[in-house]
Amino acid sequence: MRRGGGIEFKWQNEEGGGVRSVLPVLTVVAVIFGVWLLCVVPMNMHLVADQAQRDGAVVLPDTPNARQDVGGVELALRNPDLIPLTYSFKRPRLPSPQQVAGEMYETIFTKKITSKRSLVYHGWVTLAPTLLGFVIGTGLGILLAVGIVYSRVMDRSVMPWAIVSQTIPILALAPMVIVVLGSMGIQGLFPKSLIAAYLSFFPVVVGMVKGLRSPGAMQLDLLRTYNASGAQGFWTLRLPASAPYLFASLKIGISASLVGTIVAELPTGARAGFGARMLVGDQYGQPLVSWAALFAAALTAAALVGLFSAIERMTLRRMGMGAT
Amino acid sequence: MDIKQGDFVSFIGPSGCGKTTFLRVMADLEQPTGGEITVNGVSPREAREARAYGYVFQAAGLYPWRTIGGNIRLPLEIMGVPKAQQAERVARVLELVELSGFENKFPWQLSGGMQQRASIARALSFDADLLLMDEPFGALDEIVRDHLNEQLLHLWERTQKTIAFVTHSIPEAVYLSTKIVVMSPRPGRITDVIESTLPKERPLEIRESPEFLAIAHRVREGLRAGHSDE
Repeated sequence: MRRGGGIEFKWQNEEGGGVRSVLPVLTVVAVIFGVWLLCVVPMNMHLVADQAQRDGAVVLPDTPNARQDVGGVELALRNPDLIPLTYSFKRPRLPSPQQVAGEMYETIFTKKITSKRSLVYHGWVTLAPTLLGFVIGTGLGILLAVGIVYSRVMDRSVMPWAIVSQTIPILALAPMVIVVLGSMGIQGLFPKSLIAAYLSFFPVVVGMVKGLRSPGAMQLDLLRTYNASGAQGFWTLRLPASAPYLFASLKIGISASLVGTIVAELPTGARAGFGARMLVGDQYGQPLVSWAALFAAALTAAALVGLFSAIERMTLRRMGMGAT
Repeated sequence: MDIKQGDFVSFIGPSGCGKTTFLRVMADLEQPTGGEITVNGVSPREAREARAYGYVFQAAGLYPWRTIGGNIRLPLEIMGVPKAQQAERVARVLELVELSGFENKFPWQLSGGMQQRASIARALSFDADLLLMDEPFGALDEIVRDHLNEQLLHLWERTQKTIAFVTHSIPEAVYLSTKIVVMSPRPGRITDVIESTLPKERPLEIRESPEFLAIAHRVREGLRAGHSDE
């Protein structure tokens, strides 16, 4: 890779970020929603039928036990007039999209953002450690990458451990870290950030190592003919050459960071944050709360990745690489 | 063998004869296994540290994130040339390679031949007396190559540089050089050193003259002699 490698730099040109990608994305979204809408009926049919019978309606078959032997699809076909009810059932097994959207609208726009029921409040509780963890993880990742590229010892010693670190299930590690730090009196933002950093540093290390090593033998020879110092080589060649790789890593890193924060919120009885909302919804039989938090988290991740894509496009264009 | 100040010396030979390696040893990019080379009376290493030569590679290798001007400024920045002087030098070498007006373009906006000219400008910018060129036009098509050869001669005349030029094109070597070193592979050695009798003024048509063809013939003979050793 390093010797005799490419003479030209391999720049990834961001393409299709605009209109061209809208249609395929919308198609996929439409398919997902279609499948979702179809699944709502059989998933909720038994619950709806039970409730309808309690309310005095005639349902076939006419006992809960008999209905258990019938599949959701068949039950729906035999009681077609109950189908609309599956989309508005209060505690559904699978909520319908419009229910989730309603719950999200209510908790995002109609609650004061300081309220414990506001998703904006919970979003910030999750976002703050995500960002802090991302900054820590990215900084650490870049430092490690520089060390790995410039020091053979670090290349041999750090890289394997970085890889091993990612094979440890984060679900097992996160509670331990949170509990240990908690017993030392460290709570709140920092422990969650630590988990977020733990997940986000790895893609940055891998991407930056690759980016810093992307200049070919000829480029390095050229600097040698100028008798350039190592630091000059770093600032003028290796660092700018790594920019496209760094951005690719940052986009993975920021979403990993969000996942890390949510995982860190799950096991420890946290009372706020997306993770806490998901858990609360599960434990208290309020699937809408879980689903709303899930979608809010997904949208947050998408927004963060989108933000970094925009920064990437701007930066690479300013570096003369965007317009090709 | 000596290369005199102001000479234009070509090294020609088949792949694997070590002509590029020889150039790289001169540039202290590689260590010799034996023998001794001095550049301006000092070791290649000292010459490199004194920034005594400019090196032009087969590929232009411009930084894609720097403009043409920025690329030419690169060695000046590394060598700590004052800012005011940088601008003046960039303008001067751009004019030398006929790229004035392209200073703020990015490399991808230029053709391959223009990129290679920019890389020559980059090698000229810090005013080293010696220019080492490793098949600089090898990747370009014949038409562009003819044009650049002509330009290179003008440039050589104007700057009075000493040029060491690696190629495997016989016409290119004969057209450009005051001295042609013919090399053979396995083991890499010099089979002939030809002093060119062509005048300093060389229009492209000179390549049809009997004198030119005679030299080209001798180069070809030298290359064949190298091969009959096997």
